[in-house]
Amino acid sequence: MKTTLITTAVAICIAGAASAEIRIGASVSATGPAAFLGDPEAKTLEMLVEAANANGGINGEEIALVLYDDGGDPNKARTFATRLIEDDEVVAIIGGSTTGTSMSILSVAEDNEIPFISLAGAIEIIDPVKPFTFKTPHTDRMACQKIFEDMQKQGITQIGMISGTDGFGASMQAQCKEVVGEYGITVVADETYNPTDADMTTQLTKIRNTDGVQAVLNPGFGQGPSIVTRNYKQLAVDLPLYQSHGVASDGFIELAGADAAEGVRLPGTALLIAGLLADDDPQKPLVEAYKTAFEEKTGTSVGTFGGYANDAFLILTDAITRAGEADPTAIRDAIEATEGLAGTTGIYSMNAEDHLGLDLSAFRMLEIKGGEWTLIE
Amino acid sequence: MKLSPKTATLLVLVLLIALSPLLFPSGYYYRVGALIFVNAIAVTGIVILTGYAGQISLGHAGFAGIGAYACALAPVHLGLHPGLAMVLGAVISGLMAFLVGRPILRLKGYYLGVATLGFGILISMVLNNERQLTGGPDGMEVPDLGLRGLLKDAGLDLTNGQFWYWFCGIAVIIGAWLALNLFNSPSGRALRALHGSEVAARTVGVDVTRLKLQAFVISAVYASVSGSLLALQNKFITPDVAGFMHSIEMVTMAVLGGVGSVLGAIFGAAVLTLLPQVLTVFAEYEQMVLGLVMMLVMIFLPQGLLPSILRRFRRGDE
Repeated sequence: MKTTLITTAVAICIAGAASAEIRIGASVSATGPAAFLGDPEAKTLEMLVEAANANGGINGEEIALVLYDDGGDPNKARTFATRLIEDDEVVAIIGGSTTGTSMSILSVAEDNEIPFISLAGAIEIIDPVKPFTFKTPHTDRMACQKIFEDMQKQGITQIGMISGTDGFGASMQAQCKEVVGEYGITVVADETYNPTDADMTTQLTKIRNTDGVQAVLNPGFGQGPSIVTRNYKQLAVDLPLYQSHGVASDGFIELAGADAAEGVRLPGTALLIAGLLADDDPQKPLVEAYKTAFEEKTGTSVGTFGGYANDAFLILTDAITRAGEADPTAIRDAIEATEGLAGTTGIYSMNAEDHLGLDLSAFRMLEIKGGEWTLIE
Repeated sequence: MKLSPKTATLLVLVLLIALSPLLFPSGYYYRVGALIFVNAIAVTGIVILTGYAGQISLGHAGFAGIGAYACALAPVHLGLHPGLAMVLGAVISGLMAFLVGRPILRLKGYYLGVATLGFGILISMVLNNERQLTGGPDGMEVPDLGLRGLLKDAGLDLTNGQFWYWFCGIAVIIGAWLALNLFNSPSGRALRALHGSEVAARTVGVDVTRLKLQAFVISAVYASVSGSLLALQNKFITPDVAGFMHSIEMVTMAVLGGVGSVLGAIFGAAVLTLLPQVLTVFAEYEQMVLGLVMMLVMIFLPQGLLPSILRRFRRGDE
């Protein structure tokens, strides 16, 4: 009896509101271990919806954003995806800050034929292509390719790798090793560290003492890469250090220290170097607009992750505008037909075989000089 | 007519599960219901271990992890049907509990808690780090159980949410029935004697070591089945299922609802599964409210929600 009463009470509490507007759903990891991804994503989405509504919404209709915090738990993400579709009756879902949460949401979205734009990196999300699933971040494999391209230009043929064992680090390590051969490069030392480790000198010493290492690559995100960078400096390793797109934010330079980070190279997005973009760069107006708005609204500097959410929202609103109606299947068709849409991450052109729509040009090879990002091309 | 407590408990459970859907305004509530049932099964196992036998485990999510990954791995590598994989997972969990339980159940109190905690963390680390097998922290896909398709062919067309609601609901009833039977059996009485005083139980001839091990193995099987059902339902699984927080959640649900009674523990599972869904309104304060509710219950209703409420009702009758 008690449970029934509670169920009824709950039912009344969360019964859906009227749907005279375009309802967009989102489930991101605004708290928990992946909060550094989900928090800027949530803030970006709220900011963009507010701005869009102030400008008259899409096709004259107001946008209603239903935002949930899944805390990085795939099981919760699945429940929220169900709730967004069945109870909140949204026409599209943005979200899934991590690969795990994205994979959970996508199976619900596919079952219910609701378009879903993921904000996570792994290639599995869109490969093989699923009809209703799209994503905005470039894949780890593309980051590897960009880095190896740069190494190739420098004539580097033998490298050492030190990777985090977290989801991001492990996935990128695997992807890099898959494509490294295509660039005539061999991995001669392969070390790992736990994301919570406070010192990586042992692994770095081992890499330094391996014969023939010409450069070191560190796939990982969070604090790990900063520690690697500091230890690298302390050990005075005299080889180029490459970091991944996972640490492409000002926070990395702060954590590692400008001194230790000097000369570190990594593939980043246009967002990080908004001021350095050429005036005729198609991404420039958009990147600057997002950067100004976000920094004004939150008081924190922009990062790549908030940019992913920005792009997802752009793609979605662009698709709804073109579709002319907020019908899930029409939106899906329109997203798939996205052509030459400039976002903060790159320029998106999707088709039936490609639900990401970015190529390597989306990445810019950056180098840290004097505590600032500089462009090398 | 006077119903036995066992029949009454089962009757309440069956009615609740069967009638709740009448009040569901949308398909989403079936999903929440199914999640409550998945947790309820694991928590019923905790009742047997902690409520009956008085032993504590902070690592039961490890068994849930074994059950979940059995359903993900066995169909791919051994060609087993996912349903059989669930059975395989339960068998492995039972064996594992037997092997691990023999040495660690000699420990008492904190020491037992810490040892089981270590076991849970070990399983979670293996799932996280054996990337080539488990997909690492990114998780892996779980094949479809296939039963829903069969039912559809037989003329019973259920949505995914509905199917899992009824499937897990039936599993909860079976689980509760077994646990209640155990409670009333000689073994159950011996377990409760052990809970009261291990020394006293031993002096009257109860084989304490064997019984503790039995309770540990049975509760591990419950956790494993719960993990399997979660994996099959979500069709995707990550090592979070074996994580430390999941272990704590199981114990909290049991203690909150009332660890001595099956119905109470299931009630606890329902409350703790529902609360985060209700509290999305408060977003930022969710964790605070959750913590507050638990503290208040522990201070004012130390026996758990359901037993305390029931006692108050009975007192009112007199």
